[in-house]
Amino acid sequence: MTTRSRAPFYIFVFLLIAAGIATAVWRHVEMGVPWSTGEQRPVWMIEARVDFEGLGEPARVNLHIPEQPPGFRIITEQAASPGYGFAIIEENGNRRAEWNKRNVSGEQTLYFKAQFVPDTDSGEQKPEQKPRPQPEFWEEPEATAVRELLSQARERSSTPESMTRELIRLLQPGSETQNTTLLVSEDNYLPLMVRMLNHAGIAARTADGLRLEDARRRQPLLPFLQIHNGEQWLTFNPRTGEQGVPENLLLWRQGSESLLDVMGGDDSRVSFSMLRQTVPALQLATMEANDNGLGVLGFYQLPIEEQSMFRMLLLLPLGALIVAFMRIVVGIRTSGTFMPVLIAIAFVQTTLAPGLIAFLSVVAIGLLLRGYLSSLNLLLVSRISALIILVIFITAGLSIIGYQMGFNTGMTVTFFPMVIIAWTIERMSILWEEEGAHEVLVQGSGSLFVAICAYLAMDAPLARHLTFNFPELHLVVLGLILLMGQYTGYKLSELRRFTPMKAYD
Amino acid sequence: MQWISPRKLKRLGMLNMNRRNVDYIARYNDRSAYPLVDNKLKTKLIMEEYGVNTPKLFQVVRQQHEISHFRELVQDLSGFAIKPAKGSGGKGITVVTGRDGDQFVKASGAAIGTDVLERHLSNILAGLYSLAGSPDVAIVEDLVQCSPALARYSVEGVPDIRIVVFQGYPVMAMLRLATRASDGKANLHQGAVGVGLDIGTGKSLNAVQFNRPVSMHPDTGLPLENIAIEDWQTMLDMAARCYEATGLGYMGVDLVLDANQGPLLLELNARPGLAIQMANGRGLLPRLRHLEALKRPHFSPGERVRYVMDSFAAL
Repeated sequence: MTTRSRAPFYIFVFLLIAAGIATAVWRHVEMGVPWSTGEQRPVWMIEARVDFEGLGEPARVNLHIPEQPPGFRIITEQAASPGYGFAIIEENGNRRAEWNKRNVSGEQTLYFKAQFVPDTDSGEQKPEQKPRPQPEFWEEPEATAVRELLSQARERSSTPESMTRELIRLLQPGSETQNTTLLVSEDNYLPLMVRMLNHAGIAARTADGLRLEDARRRQPLLPFLQIHNGEQWLTFNPRTGEQGVPENLLLWRQGSESLLDVMGGDDSRVSFSMLRQTVPALQLATMEANDNGLGVLGFYQLPIEEQSMFRMLLLLPLGALIVAFMRIVVGIRTSGTFMPVLIAIAFVQTTLAPGLIAFLSVVAIGLLLRGYLSSLNLLLVSRISALIILVIFITAGLSIIGYQMGFNTGMTVTFFPMVIIAWTIERMSILWEEEGAHEVLVQGSGSLFVAICAYLAMDAPLARHLTFNFPELHLVVLGLILLMGQYTGYKLSELRRFTPMKAYD
Repeated sequence: MQWISPRKLKRLGMLNMNRRNVDYIARYNDRSAYPLVDNKLKTKLIMEEYGVNTPKLFQVVRQQHEISHFRELVQDLSGFAIKPAKGSGGKGITVVTGRDGDQFVKASGAAIGTDVLERHLSNILAGLYSLAGSPDVAIVEDLVQCSPALARYSVEGVPDIRIVVFQGYPVMAMLRLATRASDGKANLHQGAVGVGLDIGTGKSLNAVQFNRPVSMHPDTGLPLENIAIEDWQTMLDMAARCYEATGLGYMGVDLVLDANQGPLLLELNARPGLAIQMANGRGLLPRLRHLEALKRPHFSPGERVRYVMDSFAAL
C-alpha cells in the first residue's frame, strides 16, 4: 500500500547494466576476447632446429629459449624429438630447453616450436639486479687504443646511450682511425664492443635476434648489443647504432651467455624457420585465459562437455528477454508463459523448417488422440500421463517413418521436450473445447511466432558468440528484463484493442 | 487495421494491463488475500459473515467417493449449478435448469445424463479447471432465478453485474449479458455483451461486444439503451462491503439480481479485466486517481457508496 521511491531501483538497474558492459569491454581490451566470431590475429610460428653429430655416448642438448621477448607473447611451446627426454628448465633466470638421451650416434635433428603473438603491451622486463661492469685488462698496444677511443667517445657524449652510439660510430671500418684498425678484426667486433663498454663503466652484453619474415627457412640469429642505462637494458644495432628493437625483430636470446650447449655431440648448429599464421582471436583468448588468472571469469577452463551445456543454457536469458518483450510491450498471447522459449531451444537443435514441421505434426496428431482420450472419462493426472506416452509414441513413429523414407531430419523430433508438448496439447485441447478453435489458433500462432523470434535471436552467430564469451552481458539482459517489469505503458496490442474508444474522445 | 494513439488513450484515462498489474493489483492487493477470492467456497463463507447474500449452498464435493452423495442429492433438485471452487473466468461451471425424465437439461437446452455430470465433478476434483491444475473441490449451489426485467436481455445464461471496487469505493460498473456466441457465459472475451452502467443511477450507458460498440443485443435484438438496474444502491453497498471482508484494494465484484432474494454475490475477482472501460466509454484512471488523492477516506461502506454516487458522474 505504500509508494516507494523508484530511484534506487533505477540506479540499481543502471549499475547492473553498466557493470555488465564495463566488464565486457574490460575483458575485450585486457584479454582480447573478440566482439565478433570471425576476428583473426596474426601469430608467428617459429621453429628452432638443432643439428648435431652424435658421438655414440650420452648426449645432453641445451638450447636457450626466450621467456618474455620485447613486443611478443608466447602462447604455445612444444618440442619434437623422437627418443629424447625433453624438459624446459629454469637456470639462473634463463629458460632453457633440454633434451637428453642415453646413447646417441650419427646425424641428429631436434625441433623446438613456439608460437608468438605480437603484443605491444608486453616486454616489461623482469626487475633484476643492476649489473656491475668490471674494468677489463688490456695489453699494450690495445690498452692505449682503447683508452683513446673511449675518451674520444666520452668527449662527444653525455649519457650511456649516446656514448654507445658514439663508440659504434668510431669502430666502423669507414671511420678509419688508426686505433680502430688496430683493434677491430672481422670476428671480434661485438665481443670487443662489450669489453670496451664494460671497461668504460657501462654494463653491456650481447643478444641474438631473429628477423621475422613470412615462410623463411634456415634463418640465422642476428647479433645485437645491449647496454644497461641504470634502469633497463637497451638494445642497439651494433653496426648502425640504431637504438631499440625493430618491429619485426624477435629477441631470441638476451641475458644468457650461450645459445646452445651440446654435450656428447659434435658439429652442432641451430637454425630457425618461421611462418606467419592467423588464428581466430577467440582461440587466442581461450588459450591465454588458461594460463591467466583472469580466466576464472570465463567458461574456457571448464571441461568441453560442460562448456557446450553452458553454451545452450546461456542462450536461455535471450529467449526469456524476447518472451518478456513480446508479452509486456507487444502484447502477444502465448499458451504457457515460457513454452515458446523451450520450443525455440528445440528449434536451435533441429533448425527451423524441420523443427516446425515436426512440432506441428506432433501437436496435430496429439490433438487428434487427445480427442479420443477425452471420451474415455479419465482423471486428469492419468490423462496427462497417457498423453506423455502417446507423444513419445508419436515422436518415435515420426522418427522411424522419416528415417525409412530417407529424411534424417525426422530424427530431430526427439529434441522436443516431451512433457511440455504433452501439456501444450492438453491446454490447446481444453482451450478448443472452452473457447473455440479461434482462440487455439490465436494462442498457438502467438506461441509459434514468439518461439520463432526467440529462435532467430538465439541462433544468430553473434548472439551465440556474445552470450558464451561475455557471460557478464547477461547482467544487461537482466537489467532490461527488470526495466520491462516496471513498464506501465500501453501494449501495442492494446492500441488496437481500445480503438473503439476513439468515439468518446 | 485501425489504431488509436497512446496519447489519446492517456487523455481518456484508459487503464492498461501493465499499469493495472504494477500500480494497482501489485500495490493494493495483498497476496495473502488471494486464496479468499480465488476459492469460491471461501468467498461464500466469509461474505455470509459480512452480511452479503450468496446463492444457497447445497453440497460441497471434496472427494471422489462423495460423488455418490451428489447422485442422491440431485434426485430432488430441478435446478442447480456445479462450480469448481478455484475455477476462473467461468471455466467448468455447469448450470442445470431442469429435468427431462432421467436426463438433466443444461442452460443451453442440451440434455445430459448423470454420468456426464459425475465425470464433470471428477474433472473438477482433479483440478482441470483450477488455476495451477491443483486439486479442487466442487460446489453445488442453488440456481439463480434471474429477475425477469433483466433476464429478457440475456440468452442462455444469467446476466450479472460487474463492479470494480477500489479501496472500498465502487468505481465503475457494467452489466454483462450472455449471448449465443458466449455459450451462455457472462464473460466478455468469450463474446458476452457488456453494458456500461452509470455509477450514480444504475442506468445503462454504452454497450460493447468483442470490443466493438453495439446498440442492441445481437441475439434478442432488444435495444440496450434504457436498462435500469433495480436495487442499485444495495448492490453498490454489497460491493463496497467486500473490501472489509477481503482487504483487497482493487477487485471486481460479480453480482446477480435474483427474482426472489434480490442481489446475490456470485464471486470476487482479484484481477478484474479492462473491458469495463470500453462498456462505459471512459477510462478508470481519473476515478482511481481521484480516490488515491482523497485526503480523508470514508470508513463505512454506506458513506463510500454515497460519495461515489454523488461525485463520480463527472469523472
